[in-house]
Amino acid sequence: MRNRQPKTYTRLTRPLVRDSRDEPFREAGWQEALDRAARGLERNRGAFGMFSCARATNEMNYVAQKFARVVMGTNNVDSCNRTCHAPSVAGLSAAFGSGGGTSSYEEIEHTDVIVMWGSNARFAHPIFFQHVLKGIRGGARMYAVDPRRTSTAEWAESWLGLNVGTDIPMAHAIGREIIHAGLVNEAFVGRATTGFEEYRKLVEPWTPSLAEKVTGVPARAIRELAHAYARAERAQLCWTLGITEHHNGTDNVRALINLSLLTGHVGRYGSGLQPLRGQNNVQGGGDMGAIPNRLPGFQDILDPDVRLKFESAWDTVIQPHYGLNLTEMFEAMEDGRLRAVYCVGENPAQSEADGEQAVRRLKALDFLVVQDIFLTKTAELADVVLPATAGWAETEGTTTNSERRVQRVRRAVTPPGEAREDIDIICELATRLGHDWKYADAEAVWNELRSVSPDHYGMTYRRLAEHQGIQWPCPSTEELEPPFLHGRLWEPDPGRRGRPAPFGLVQHDPPVDLTDEEYPVRLTTGRRLDSYNTGVQSGGFASPLRRGEYIELCPEDAERYGVVVGEEVRVSSRRGSVVAPVWIDTALRPGLAFMTMHFPDEVDTNRLTIEANCPIAGTAEFKASAIRIEKLPASTHVR
Amino acid sequence: MDLRFGDSKPTDEERAAVDALLGPPESAWEGADRTDADLRWARGGRTARDRRDLLLPGLHALNDRVGWISEGGLGYLCRRLTVPPAEAYGVATFYAMFSVRPRPATVLHVCTDLACMAAGAEEVCAGVEARLGPGSGVGVERGPCLGLCERAPAALAVRAGDPVRTAVSAPASVTEAVDAAGAPDAAPEEPPAVAAVPQAGDPSLTLLRRVGAVDPSSLDDYRAHGGYTALRRAFALGPAGVIREVTDAGLVGRGGAAFPTGRKWQATASQPDHPHYLVCNADESEPGTFKDRVLMEGDPFALVEAITIASYAVSAHRAFVYIRGEYPRAVRRVRHAIDQARARGLLGDDILGQGYHLDIEIRRGAGAYVCGEETALFNSIEGHRGEPRSKPPFPVEKGLFGKPTAENNVETLVNVLPILTMGAPAYAAIGTPRSTGPKLFCVSGSVDRPGVYELPFGATLGELLSLAGVRAGLRAGLLGGAAGGFVRPDELDLPLTFEGTREAGATLGSGVVMAFDDTVPLPRLLLRIARFFREESCGQCVPCRVGTVRQEEALRRIADRTGAGAADDIALLREVGRAMRDASICGLGQTAWNAVESAIDRLGAYS
Amino acid sequence: MTAIPIGVPRRLVEFTLDGQEARVPEGATVLDACRAAGKDVPTLCQGDTLRPKNACRVCVVEVEGSRTLVPACSRRAEPGMEVRTDTERVRHSRKIVLELLVSSADLSTTPRAAEWIKEYEAKPDRFGPDAARLNDEPKIDNELYVRDYAKCILCYKCVDACGDQWQNSFAISVAGRGFDARIAVEHDAPLTDSACVFCGNCVEVCPTGALSAKREFDLRAAGDWDESRQTDTTTVCAYCGVGCTLTLHVQDNEIVKVTSPHDNPVTHGNLCIKGRFGYQHVQNRG
Repeated sequence: MRNRQPKTYTRLTRPLVRDSRDEPFREAGWQEALDRAARGLERNRGAFGMFSCARATNEMNYVAQKFARVVMGTNNVDSCNRTCHAPSVAGLSAAFGSGGGTSSYEEIEHTDVIVMWGSNARFAHPIFFQHVLKGIRGGARMYAVDPRRTSTAEWAESWLGLNVGTDIPMAHAIGREIIHAGLVNEAFVGRATTGFEEYRKLVEPWTPSLAEKVTGVPARAIRELAHAYARAERAQLCWTLGITEHHNGTDNVRALINLSLLTGHVGRYGSGLQPLRGQNNVQGGGDMGAIPNRLPGFQDILDPDVRLKFESAWDTVIQPHYGLNLTEMFEAMEDGRLRAVYCVGENPAQSEADGEQAVRRLKALDFLVVQDIFLTKTAELADVVLPATAGWAETEGTTTNSERRVQRVRRAVTPPGEAREDIDIICELATRLGHDWKYADAEAVWNELRSVSPDHYGMTYRRLAEHQGIQWPCPSTEELEPPFLHGRLWEPDPGRRGRPAPFGLVQHDPPVDLTDEEYPVRLTTGRRLDSYNTGVQSGGFASPLRRGEYIELCPEDAERYGVVVGEEVRVSSRRGSVVAPVWIDTALRPGLAFMTMHFPDEVDTNRLTIEANCPIAGTAEFKASAIRIEKLPASTHVR
Repeated sequence: MDLRFGDSKPTDEERAAVDALLGPPESAWEGADRTDADLRWARGGRTARDRRDLLLPGLHALNDRVGWISEGGLGYLCRRLTVPPAEAYGVATFYAMFSVRPRPATVLHVCTDLACMAAGAEEVCAGVEARLGPGSGVGVERGPCLGLCERAPAALAVRAGDPVRTAVSAPASVTEAVDAAGAPDAAPEEPPAVAAVPQAGDPSLTLLRRVGAVDPSSLDDYRAHGGYTALRRAFALGPAGVIREVTDAGLVGRGGAAFPTGRKWQATASQPDHPHYLVCNADESEPGTFKDRVLMEGDPFALVEAITIASYAVSAHRAFVYIRGEYPRAVRRVRHAIDQARARGLLGDDILGQGYHLDIEIRRGAGAYVCGEETALFNSIEGHRGEPRSKPPFPVEKGLFGKPTAENNVETLVNVLPILTMGAPAYAAIGTPRSTGPKLFCVSGSVDRPGVYELPFGATLGELLSLAGVRAGLRAGLLGGAAGGFVRPDELDLPLTFEGTREAGATLGSGVVMAFDDTVPLPRLLLRIARFFREESCGQCVPCRVGTVRQEEALRRIADRTGAGAADDIALLREVGRAMRDASICGLGQTAWNAVESAIDRLGAYS
Repeated sequence: MTAIPIGVPRRLVEFTLDGQEARVPEGATVLDACRAAGKDVPTLCQGDTLRPKNACRVCVVEVEGSRTLVPACSRRAEPGMEVRTDTERVRHSRKIVLELLVSSADLSTTPRAAEWIKEYEAKPDRFGPDAARLNDEPKIDNELYVRDYAKCILCYKCVDACGDQWQNSFAISVAGRGFDARIAVEHDAPLTDSACVFCGNCVEVCPTGALSAKREFDLRAAGDWDESRQTDTTTVCAYCGVGCTLTLHVQDNEIVKVTSPHDNPVTHGNLCIKGRFGYQHVQNRG
C-alpha cells in the first residue's frame, strides 16, 4: 500500500470570522459572529440562497426552509439531494405525484425478482443489501444492470454490463420485449396508466438487436431480463446514482418507472420502485420543504390552497413561484443574481461536478456563511463560520430514510466547545433579522411540522420511539398505513384510484462528454464500502480496507498503457487534470475507468467530471466523463 | 457471490485436475481467459451456487494430483464452484487425508488402531519412520483403523499423480510397507476379497454367498449368480410392496442403531417434499469393522442392485454411495459396477423398461470417522464440514440437501436382496424373533482365522470366536468397536442379538468382535481408544470437543496406576463420561466413554 | 392487490414444563417457553438473531422419552412433551460443560459466566494444571477489532453472522477439527488479507468477548473500561440513506462502542463498517 497522509478534520469549537477573504480567520464570540452573519445576509436580501443539509435533522431542515421563505422571502433553498437523487424525486413525483420510493426494505425479502440498476448497494448501502440477500437466500432472482461487474452484480443471476449512459435504450428494449411477448399487464395499464399507445410507439424501434448495438449487452440477456421481470409475481426495481447522476437523470428514472407501469409492479406488497438514498436525511430534507419547489410535506408551492395554508400558519407571504435549485443557484452566482449564501453542513466546493468552477463561483459571492462541524473546503471560503453540533450524535430530532421511515436521533454526547445546535443558530439569525423565533426543543419544531404536513401528522415523538420509526404517509395518530405507496392504483373505483400514472415519453440522449480519440476512456464514479462522500466523516476512522484514491482500470487497459498497480498516471478530461495511482480491477472492461470522490484532498476527482445537468432535476453527469490516461515520464511507483 | 479469491494462482497441474472433474471453465469469471463477451454478460446466481457438493470431489482431485491442497489450487476450485475460500479451507482442514501444507507426493498411512496395535503396529511404524525420513519422498502418517483388521498390521500407500496410485500392505512388514510406498505400481496385488471370508464356499451363506464365487467386475457373472432377480421382483411388487416386504422381514439397520428399515423407508416415501434421496453409508470407519469393504470389493453389483431397489422404494431418483477414503479398491469396484449397470440400462432413464430412472453417484470420504454419522455424512456430501446436525428434524424429513432422505449402510441394503428373493417370511425365520436375518461379524485380534463371518442372529459369542479359532489367553473381547464395550472371557455364551447384548449391558454395534490377549496392556488399549475419540471429535459441541481431551488426559495420568491412586481420576472420568453421553450432539460423543467405562466396570481395569 | 403478510396465526402447543402446564405458539422452542415462564436457562451459543447452532450444550434439559438430554435453544416445543429443566441430570451436564469450557478457555469477559459457575458449583480446576487450554495470543492485525481466541468457545455465531445468515461475506470459517478446531480465514491469514469487510457483525454476536472492538480491547487492557459509567443512546447512523439505528455507548462523553438493537426492522442488529466504526470524527475535538 502506498504511504498516504490522509487529511483528518478536527471539530470546530468556536465561531470564526474575518473582514476580508484575504485574511485568515480569527475566533470570535457568538454575538459578533451572528451579528456579522445577519448583516451579511441583510444586505443581500433578494439575492440570497440557502443550502440546507441532507445530513441534518428534519427539524433543522424545516427551520432552514422556513428561514429562507419567511425571513429571507425566497424559495431559493436546496440541498445536496441535487447532486444525487433529485431526478428520482422528480421522476417519481411526475409519475405518481409523490417523490418517495414506493417500497419498504422488508418487501424485498418477499419478492420474486429484484433488479438492481446502476446500484452497487453491496458497497453503498450495505444494510439494505442484507435485505436483498435475505430475498436471494429465500429464492428471489436478482438481475444487475451496471457498466461494472460490481460486488452487487456478482450476486446476480445475470449481470448486464451496459455502456455508460445507455440506460434508456436498455429500458426501452426491455419494454418493447415485454410488449411483443404479450407480457403487459393490460388490466393495470388500462386502468391505472395513461400514454401507453405513445409509449408503445416510442419503444418500437428499440429492437433487442438495436439495443445490443447501443448498450453492448447481448440481446438474449436483455430479453431474459424482460421476461423475468414481467413474469414475476412480485418484482422490485431498485436504482441508485448510476441512473440519476446523468445529464438526463430524470428521463432515466422515468424510463425505469415505465417498466413497472407496464407490468403492474408497483403499488403492491413486494412489487415496487426503490431509489436508494445516499445521505442519512436526503429523503427528509426534501420532505421538509428544503427544496425550491415544495413546501413541507411535499406540497406544491404553485398550489394556491397550499400556499394559503402556510401563509396563515407562518404569518407570511410565500413567493408563488419555484425558487432556484442548487445547480441554478451556482449559475446565478456567476451572473451576480445570487450574492449571499447560508450554507449549512454541505461541502459543495468538493462535492460539485467541475470542482474548480464551483470554487470560483463561491469565491465570487459577496457573503458566505457556513455552518458546519468541520472547517471544510467550503468553510475555508466563508466570511463567517459557525460551529454546529453533529446531527446524529449531539442533537435531538428525526431523520427519514430511503424507505420513508422517520426515526429519532438523539443527543448522546455533549458537543465540543461552543458548538451550538443548527436550529438555535438559525433562530438567532432569524431574531436578528426581525423574526423572533423560539422553539422549546426539537419536538416543538416537529409538532409545528406535523400541524402543516398531513403525511407526518400521525408521527408523534412518542409513537416514533414506540414503533422504532414510522413510514410516511402517516395521517392518523391511531393507525399505520401499509408499507408501500400507491396501492390506490389498484382500486377498482376510479375515484379512489386517483390520477393515473403517465408513461414517461423519454428519448435516449447519450452522455454529453463524448469519448473521442483525444479522450478515449469513459470515466465513471461511485462509492467504496468504507468511505463516504468527500471523506470528511469517514476519514476519521482507520479502515483496513482504505487505500486512498486510485484510477481503476481493467487489466487490458493497464497493459495497453503499460502501467502497473501503484504507478501514478495523469488523468485528464476536457475540464481538468489530476495525477492518480493506478489500480487494476477485473470488474471493468477496456475503455471504462472508475474513480471515487472520497479523497478530494488527495485526488480531486471532480476536476474531471462534467457539469452537464439534468434540466429537470439539476443533477450533474458525474457518471460519465471522457478522459485520457497518460503515463508519466519518470514513472513513480507507490506501493 | 462477491467472493475474494486471493492472488495465488493454480499450477497447470492443479488447474488440469480441477478441470478434469468439472470440465473447462465457461467464462472468465470462473477462471477462463477474459473475452469481450464475459465483460458484457455474466451468469451466476443459483446455478453457480448450487454446485457446492462438488467441493469434496474437487478437494480430492487436487489432493490426488499433487498430494496436498495449495492456496492457488484451493482458490481456483473455489472460483470454479463459487465457494468462499474460507469455507473451503474449513472443509479441507476437516479431513485427515487432506493436507493444506506441502507434503511429499507419496503418503504412507500406517494403522495404529486396536487390531494393528495388538499385531505389532508400533514396531512397523518405528521401522518405517526410521527408513522413510525427510528426503525419502514419502510422508509417513499414523492413523486410525484402515479397515484391514483381518490382515493386521496394515499400511496404505497413496502416491499423488495422474492417476493417483495406491497400494495396500497388509500384513505389513517394515520392508513391505516401505516398498509399497516406494513403488505402489509394483506392489503385489492385494489378496482377493474372499481371503477375508473364512467361511467362503459354505452353502448356508446368504450375504457372503457370491463373494469369491463371482467375478466382481462382471455384470454377466453377477446375473449368472442370481443378480437382478430381486430388482425384477421389486418392480413387480411396486414401491409400497417392497416396503411391506422389508417391514415384514423385520430388517433393522446394521450400522449399529438397529432402526427398522421398513419404517425408515415408509417415512421417507410418504414425505410430500421432493426430491427424495437415497444415501448408502459406506463410510465404514468404526475401528475393527471391514465387512462393508469385503462386500463392496467382492460383490459390488449386489450393492448397486440393492441401492436401486431402495431408491425405487422411497421414490428417489438420485442416490449417493459415500465410501470411506481409505478404501480405494472398494471405490474402484463399485464405480465399475455402477458404470456397467448404467451401460446395460440397469441405471439411468428407463431401468428394465419400467419407466423408473435413477443414477448413483459415488462420494469418497477423506478421513473422518464422524462422517459415518448420517447427518455428518450429508454435510460432507453437500460440501460442508462433516459435522452432525441436531435432530430433529430427522433425515427422513430433512436429510441430504434438506430433502427427505433414506440413509442405510451397505450391509443393511444388501440384506434387501434375500428379503425380496426368498420372501419376507422365509427371511424372518432366520435369526431370532426380534433380530431377524443373517448378520455379518468382523472378527480380528487374537484369533487364528480373522475375517468376516456370517451367522444368523442368536449365535453366541463363543460360537463365533471358536469358528474364528480364538487363541488361548483371551483377556477381553471388544464388541462394537471403539464405540462399543468390553466383555469378559467368561461371557462367551452371550447371544449375538441386539436385544441379547443390550440386556447384558453390552452392544452389538456394527458387528465388531475383537479378541485381546495379554500382548497389549489394557490401559494402553484404552488410551488408544481415548486418543481415537479425541482425534475424531469434530469439535462442534463442548462435551465432546473438550470432554474427549479431558478423558484422554485422565487416562494418561492413570496409565500406570491402580486402586486408590486411580480413584479420583476414575471418578472424574465417570462425571465427564456421563455428561458426554447425555449432552453431546451425536453418537460419537455419546459413546466416547463406553469402552472405557466397560473396561473399568466389567474388566476391572485400574483396580 | 397483494395481501400484506401479517403472519398466519399460530396454534398454541401445550406441554409440561417442570410439572407446570406451559403454552407457547407453535414453532416456539423449549427455551422460549422457559424464558416466558421466567426460568433462567444458561445459554452461550444461542443468539436472538441467529438460527440455533446448539453447540455449547449449556442449555440442555431433560425431555421425557429422550435417551439423551436435549438443547432447549433448538428443540421445538411439542404437544404433550414433558420437560424438566432442573433435575440432577440436567444440572450435572451443565456443570460439566461449564467446567470443560472454563478449563479450556478464558471466560473472564463472558457475561454471567461467573454467576453460572457459582450456581452449578462448577470446579474447573479439578482437571489439573496440565489440562489443555487455548492459549492463543490476541490477534491484532487491524485498527478496528481484535480476535482473542483464548476466549473462543467455538460457538459458531461469528461464522454464522459473517456467512449466509447475515453478512454473506464468508470471511471466516471453522478450520481444523476437534479440540484443534478454530475460527480462521483461509490459510490462517490475517484479516486484512481476507474477505473481511470489517462490518463487525461478528463482534456483535460474540458471547465471550473473544471478538471485541479495538477501542474496547484497549480500554479494557488499560483498566478503563467501565460499563457502569456508560450510557446507551439510540440514534440513527449519519452515513448513507438506509437509516440504520445505532446505539451509542458513551463513557466520559466519548463514544466507545456502537451497536444496533437486534429487534430493529432496518438492521436486525447488523451494521456496516461505517456505522459501527466510523464515529470518531465527531469526537476529534482538537
